[in-house]
Amino acid sequence: MPDEPTLWISGHLAEKIRAHGVQTYPHECCGALLGRDSNAAFDSDREKGALTAAREILQLFPLVNRRDDSPRNRFSVTAEDVLAAEKAAREQGLEVVGWYHSHPDHPARPSEYDRDHAWPWYSYIIVSVQNGAPQNMTSWRLNDDRAEFSPEGIEIRHRAAV
Amino acid sequence: MPVKVMIPSPLRPYAGKRDSAEFSARTVGEALGHLTTEFADLRKHLFTDEGKLRSFVNVYVNDEDIRYLAKENTPTKDGDTISIIPSIAGGVRA
Repeated sequence: MPDEPTLWISGHLAEKIRAHGVQTYPHECCGALLGRDSNAAFDSDREKGALTAAREILQLFPLVNRRDDSPRNRFSVTAEDVLAAEKAAREQGLEVVGWYHSHPDHPARPSEYDRDHAWPWYSYIIVSVQNGAPQNMTSWRLNDDRAEFSPEGIEIRHRAAV
Repeated sequence: MPVKVMIPSPLRPYAGKRDSAEFSARTVGEALGHLTTEFADLRKHLFTDEGKLRSFVNVYVNDEDIRYLAKENTPTKDGDTISIIPSIAGGVRA
């Protein structure tokens, strides 16, 4: 039985996500998570047995929220931004493994709107910003059947293993 | 030479871990039809239950967004590359 996936992120990068949410408050912030899945890197060392599904975030790629009609409760990243994030990731030998955004004055839980606009596999980090102050940070992955998100554990590491 | 469809990382688990697939197709819609017939689990991540391309899913033929061409009726020719790029969106309830 596979373990619940875990996201590894340094305290420094987690802090940068919170700071981005504070900076754009009361609007939503958004950005790409650049990193890699550790399974792929360690597959050859662990031929058998359950792998611990861990994903490392090694860089952020902050983006501009393109929704100028309702930036307080929506964010949008264009396909061009996605391509720019993918290019930045490739140049560093990484992949875009997910996205982060803030929920100003709302809990760090995915909305129906989030679910409608998501793909599985990506990690979706949400940081709640209440009255301009960062609160909870959570991460989610959409289930295969698109019916709901499953929580993904966030593990703060001083330095993610490379 | 057929049309090549590039499969983005999030959808590869539903496509036998492949990063691309090739089909003979005269239009984008036909190529995507072949893709989602061969890899049926992909379908719901690209199309709504009503069979429309999801609003956040962008499709390019070579470097051109099909929204500005003939959408899914955009003709394809041998050697074309079709890319599927999401636009990321979300937010709290209005």
